[in-house]
Amino acid sequence: MDSLLSNRLQKSVVLLVAMILLVIAMISSVLFGLHNFDLSTVVTAYTSFDGGNDHLIIKHTRVPRAITAAVVGSSLAVAGVLLQSLTRNPLADSSIMGVNAGAAFTIVLALYLFGSVFSFTDMMWIGFLGAGVTAVLVYLLGSAGRGGMIPIKLMLSGAAVAAFTSSLTSLLMLVDSKSMEDAMYWLMGSVSGRDLKHAAMITPYLLCGWVVAWLMARSLNLMALGDDVAISMGQKTVWVKATVIFVAVLLSGGSVALAGPIGFVGIIIPHMCRFIIGIDHRWLIIYSAVLGALFLVTADLLSRFLLMPEEVPVGVATAVVGVPFVISLVRRRAYE
Amino acid sequence: MSRFIVVRKKKPAFSFHLDQKAMYVNLLLIIALIIGIIFSIGLGSIQIPVADVLKVLLGWGESTYEIVVLNLRLPRIVVSIMVGASLAVSGAILQALIRNPLASPDLIGTTTGATAAAVAFITFTDGTYSIHWMPLIALLGGLFTASLTYLAAWRKGMSPFRLALIGVSISSGMGALTVFFMLASPLQKAQQALGWMTGTVYGSAWQHVVTLLPWTLAFLLLACHQIRHLNAQELGDDVAQGIGMPIEKKRLSLIAISVALAGAAVGIAGGISFVGLMAPHMARKLVGSSYGALLPASGILGAMFVLLADLAARTLFVPLDIPAGVFTAAIGAPFFMYLLYKSRNG
Repeated sequence: MDSLLSNRLQKSVVLLVAMILLVIAMISSVLFGLHNFDLSTVVTAYTSFDGGNDHLIIKHTRVPRAITAAVVGSSLAVAGVLLQSLTRNPLADSSIMGVNAGAAFTIVLALYLFGSVFSFTDMMWIGFLGAGVTAVLVYLLGSAGRGGMIPIKLMLSGAAVAAFTSSLTSLLMLVDSKSMEDAMYWLMGSVSGRDLKHAAMITPYLLCGWVVAWLMARSLNLMALGDDVAISMGQKTVWVKATVIFVAVLLSGGSVALAGPIGFVGIIIPHMCRFIIGIDHRWLIIYSAVLGALFLVTADLLSRFLLMPEEVPVGVATAVVGVPFVISLVRRRAYE
Repeated sequence: MSRFIVVRKKKPAFSFHLDQKAMYVNLLLIIALIIGIIFSIGLGSIQIPVADVLKVLLGWGESTYEIVVLNLRLPRIVVSIMVGASLAVSGAILQALIRNPLASPDLIGTTTGATAAAVAFITFTDGTYSIHWMPLIALLGGLFTASLTYLAAWRKGMSPFRLALIGVSISSGMGALTVFFMLASPLQKAQQALGWMTGTVYGSAWQHVVTLLPWTLAFLLLACHQIRHLNAQELGDDVAQGIGMPIEKKRLSLIAISVALAGAAVGIAGGISFVGLMAPHMARKLVGSSYGALLPASGILGAMFVLLADLAARTLFVPLDIPAGVFTAAIGAPFFMYLLYKSRNG
């Protein structure tokens, strides 16, 4: 499998460049938008906060937004890598574990049963819980019977559970349209309007996810050779698979709780990274984390300018940035 | 006696063998569908006894029932059946071509493109053109997007993997475009578009049936005619080529059939989800994966799901008439999970 970069030096240098780009993108995300600031205002917002409009916007809108986008982008991308290698399916992403649909369903159900009494923090935890429960259900259904967890069973049960829960979600929303305006805000998928404390609540979980994902890299490389080879090399495949799924659900559940369902990043970023550095998971996971963050921060920045002064959902902007890029990348290679 | 019945002309333009067990399953499915149709005609805000339903269908029913059945319920039922069968067969074809269990008519952009075109039509033309153009616009949108995917994925030949990846990208691009159109339009138009996107057969009339029937029937028959090529495609490019199939040509024509079926279905009924993805898998669990039995079984199952979904949609929450698209998964998914669980050791 040939990739753009072949040796370690190249890979490290490009990774460094990507990280620098990420920092630049995050700073631009703080600086530019409907109001533009300069760097000194940002610095004074933290050194000598004066309570003025500019400082408030920077501290409570722009900075949380940039951080949320980065955290969510890299989590989704890493979850995508994990699930794609687990299922050996290039079209897999976090939605195949039913986390998006499950989180949406529990939030809408809670709003339906108790009315709009929830703060954003409550909704976030309800969503996280729903994502977890749905994923467990998918896993149990996918690994019932002889042979344990087989990718095809997992994918199919994931797709079925997701379809089922999201049809229940739309039913609830159609029957009781009143309290659903609260849910819509969350269901659209967005990185704006989150407070720094929300990101701070979820980030520790995501951080654990990233670290464990990276520690699993060698096992993932082995798993890519197929179950038989992996077992004969002494891998405890059942445990590896269970851990991989757990981490993937942690990452994608955390992201969906924080930012709502955001598609495309989880499928496409792992593929981009494979084009750049090949299939070694030790590099793939780091690259996906950095490029996923870079991608979502850039898309979020763009989403402010597409329909100025209105903002478009970040999902629209990810497609605008991503689609042409992906097509040109995919066309560069021959397959099979 | 062999387990299989071979269906083949002397000079094979079509050829497949039928598993006898699969044939019985298909027969049972057809009977179930017919029972479903009769119940679906009888149930609703006016209840009609089964005997009267049969009388009306045979032509000597009471005139009050006749109006309800012939003008309101029957066209809607026929449209549901056509839409369901088209989506399911379209999905089954794509799963053979792309050789990925997650393939569905969304994957190469047919449904998302049709949706984007329909939403653009709703939001931008502002009622200057008749709503009757909508199915055609949606169909054209679907055809355009699928061709775009195909062309973008073509590079000295086709690879299913490249087709899938580019399809996902273009699909999500079309999804983004749809959201963009909805945001750029007034709220009322956006709501109309949202209703359309969920998928409904509400308000189907004989006019729709007459427009859709020849098209659907023609392409369904064409699909059945291509069964042996589907079986070959599923074995992989190399094997298919090895047994003498002109692989690119066949792939293109199969994609065209799949797009034509799904595009027309979406044009009439909007984005009904789940059927195109799941009906083929259910059929696979029931009759195995030889396309001679699989394709009809997918079609019948798909038809049944949309039929039952629409029945649930118009009877469960009276007086609300909920889009059928909400119920396709609510009915189909539990059944599918049951099949998955039952065949867990298979």
